[in-house]
Amino acid sequence: MTDFNIKALVMDDVGMHRALTRIAHEIIEKNKGIAGLALVGIRSRGIYLAQWLAGKLQEIEGSSIPVGMLDITFYRDDVALHPRVEARATEIPFDVTDKTIILVDDVLFTGRTVRAALDALMDLGRPARIQLAVMIDRGHRELPVRADYVGKNLPTAVKEKVKVNVVEVDGENSVVIGEEE
Amino acid sequence: MAQLQSKDLLGITDLTREEIELILDTADSFKEISERPIKKVPTLRGRTIVNLFCEPSTRTRTSFEIAAKRLSADAVNISVTASAIAKGESLRDTAKTLQAMATDLVVIRHSVSGAAKLLADVMDCPVVNAGDGAHEHPTQALLDLYTMRERFDSLDGLKVAIVGDIAHSRVARSNILALGKMGAEVTLVGPPTLMPAEIEKLGAQVCHRLDDVLSEADVVYVLRIQLERQKESLYPSIREYATLYGLNTRRRQAMKKGSIILHPGPMNRGVEISSDVADAPDSLITDQVTSGVAVRMAVLYLLIGGGSDG
Amino acid sequence: MGSKLLVKGGRLIDPKNGRDGRFDLLIDGNRVAAVDTAIEAEAEVFDAAGMLVVPGLIDMHVHLREPGREDEETIESGCRAAVKGGFTSIACMPNTSPVNDDASVTQYIIEEAGRVGLANVFPIAAITKGLAGEELSEMGALVSAGAVAFSDDGRCVDRASLMRRALEYSKIWNSVVVSHAEEGSLAAGGQMNEGFFSTSIGLKGIPAAAEEIIVARDCLLAELTGARLHVAHVSTPGSLAIIKAAKERGARVTCEVTPHHLTLSDDMLAGYDTNFKVNPPLRSSEEVSALRELVSDASIVDCLASDHAPHAAHEKEMEFAYAPCGMIGLETTLGVVNTDLVGKGVLDLNRAIELLAVGPARVLGLDRGSLGRGDIADVVIIDAESEVEVDPFSSESKSRNTPYGGRRLKGRVHAVLINGNLVVDDGAFIREEAEVSR
Repeated sequence: MTDFNIKALVMDDVGMHRALTRIAHEIIEKNKGIAGLALVGIRSRGIYLAQWLAGKLQEIEGSSIPVGMLDITFYRDDVALHPRVEARATEIPFDVTDKTIILVDDVLFTGRTVRAALDALMDLGRPARIQLAVMIDRGHRELPVRADYVGKNLPTAVKEKVKVNVVEVDGENSVVIGEEE
Repeated sequence: MAQLQSKDLLGITDLTREEIELILDTADSFKEISERPIKKVPTLRGRTIVNLFCEPSTRTRTSFEIAAKRLSADAVNISVTASAIAKGESLRDTAKTLQAMATDLVVIRHSVSGAAKLLADVMDCPVVNAGDGAHEHPTQALLDLYTMRERFDSLDGLKVAIVGDIAHSRVARSNILALGKMGAEVTLVGPPTLMPAEIEKLGAQVCHRLDDVLSEADVVYVLRIQLERQKESLYPSIREYATLYGLNTRRRQAMKKGSIILHPGPMNRGVEISSDVADAPDSLITDQVTSGVAVRMAVLYLLIGGGSDG
Repeated sequence: MGSKLLVKGGRLIDPKNGRDGRFDLLIDGNRVAAVDTAIEAEAEVFDAAGMLVVPGLIDMHVHLREPGREDEETIESGCRAAVKGGFTSIACMPNTSPVNDDASVTQYIIEEAGRVGLANVFPIAAITKGLAGEELSEMGALVSAGAVAFSDDGRCVDRASLMRRALEYSKIWNSVVVSHAEEGSLAAGGQMNEGFFSTSIGLKGIPAAAEEIIVARDCLLAELTGARLHVAHVSTPGSLAIIKAAKERGARVTCEVTPHHLTLSDDMLAGYDTNFKVNPPLRSSEEVSALRELVSDASIVDCLASDHAPHAAHEKEMEFAYAPCGMIGLETTLGVVNTDLVGKGVLDLNRAIELLAVGPARVLGLDRGSLGRGDIADVVIIDAESEVEVDPFSSESKSRNTPYGGRRLKGRVHAVLINGNLVVDDGAFIREEAEVSR
């Protein structure tokens, strides 16, 4: 990002690995295994974190877990405030009905993205329950949303920016905090 | 961020290749939504879309209405016969009325070329041309491109034969322009009486014998023939038209392997296309209808789905 | 104001008398008393230094809309527009409501024009009753009432036999029959010129042949009958070729071309602006170029005429196919001719004045269009270098349907004398009561 001034490294590759490993164990513990579970990543960084997490769950449990990707563009409550965003397809290759869905996103901030993702998910079927996993919870919620699994709680100022990098898109795994120039 | 440059979608003429691609790419997302059990997203919740149809049309109006509703917009249909428009309130006054009602977008179908432009000039909100006279029908051409793109990797160099009444066809005009922009090669096939003046300058070749183009064409696009044109002596009889230009089984067998058949509908089965050809596996006529909803959702979304000055 | 006026120091262009140069013009009463390089006389002096002094222009093709559509134009508003545009005489077409196919309508027009007291108005009466193309109108009564020519303008006389009878019958008075040349079955439903642009914007085209077929027919009928034919608003080089050939064979044929057919082309319809919708339609730029080549030839083209056709805004603002044909032109013709024809070397000023004054006077048999000694003193004094922007809303016409809105045109009408009376000076009417009387 050209207009992003990095102030500090919050997590590196190892840190992110550890956090996801812990989250994987928490998921297994809370749901008593991974039967009936599915991961849904929110475009775009959430998808890679979901795939990453799925790998860890499989390592631990020895069976595979379905992963989907969700595009929430059409569900945003701020379409009029934002430039027209290029929409990409939602790809969920399984029926969400009666499943326990773990929504995966990179940063939990105002809660609006999660709200849109919940709506989008509900339109696809009727999940038994939905849980939320995020790499960073930076506070400043505007909606009553709470994550079930958090990689790291990171107190921030509103004007600060938190960026989760994934190797598939950004060339490295890291979490940084900074300010917009 | 990618968006359309114009306030309105009046014709393919005004679109760049990049804009056409943006619409088709956006339509991909909407196609997926149309395949869900709940075929609806809240994107245009609270927006009012008026379908102003001043010419009878069931399928285009329905397609736009479904597109609007799947985006959660409130779709209002106004159907007026052309004669009532000519006698009653002028189109300009209708436009001002809709404007005063804070309409967010108007879709217009009209029998007179230029009517969509007239509306767009009066209204501040976006106007989508759903067919004006013999001028343009841009969303039809876009859905045709979308359908072709689903089958072929690229439209570049694709050979498309458009068969029928080119002179009176807005579908033909929009497709000639759109295919030209995407790098396809268009051949127009029909009797000289149904070929408009200097159409080649629009970027197409003209051929009067259907049999001459079948072995080359990747797409045979059959236009609907207006049966009443026979009374204007534009062709001598429906039987002769069907013989010379009808796509029948014999001709279908002469088509190139892997080629497809399109038709904008509604079909005159047994005239421009025989029934078995219309229902053949290489006929993608129902796919066109499916594409239509997705493409129209994409157009509505790109025109009013975001801030105007993001 | 004294009865004598001396117009001094201008460049006089009087093509009929072969004058073009520094001449003074002495006007006594309603006549030209003297023309000479330097006149000294006891008279009020009008300083025309740096100006063009030309015979009052004559527009032989104007639609005044009165009686019937006084919302679009009246005889008064049309006359004001004419005079502002440098036309001291106009001939008005009979497609009013009621149609000018009856002596009472002709008389009404003449009386109303007399009351207005601006331009000289010469009514053209209908060839056929009600312009229906069925029966001849009473030409004798109409000529007695003051009709100067006959036309069903706006409609073609479809039946060749009827056109033949009209031409034959008009010979009693040596009247001219004005042809609106349009073959109905070819032009049916047409909105614009047939060609690439009609194809690309999807409007039904009118081929050049629709005009040329009737031009050829009527030229042949003029030869057959020996009568006088005038072809209105010729829009194609093909028509001019037919007319030229007929003239060469000795047929008594004349013709007019409009400024818009010489300066505008069918590509300008791409935005569906109905102000460009006119009949005959604006032709292709190639045909316009060919027409421009031919208009300077005095053996082919006799006059320029505006075909001033006012239309109510709400009717012009309809969908293209529903909007009526026509554009106003009285106030822009001189500027368009001066800027786009004289200014571009298509015509010289002498030829332009010939086409705008001498030619129409000859076609209609009017004793006007020249400024020799003893001639009627219809004079226009033009500031040829001054530029004026066309503002449809400041037009004297009651209608606004001009395609030239916003154009800057060279040539401003500075002063106008009609029958020796100064009616416009410094670009403004002198008798402003005429403006407020209605």
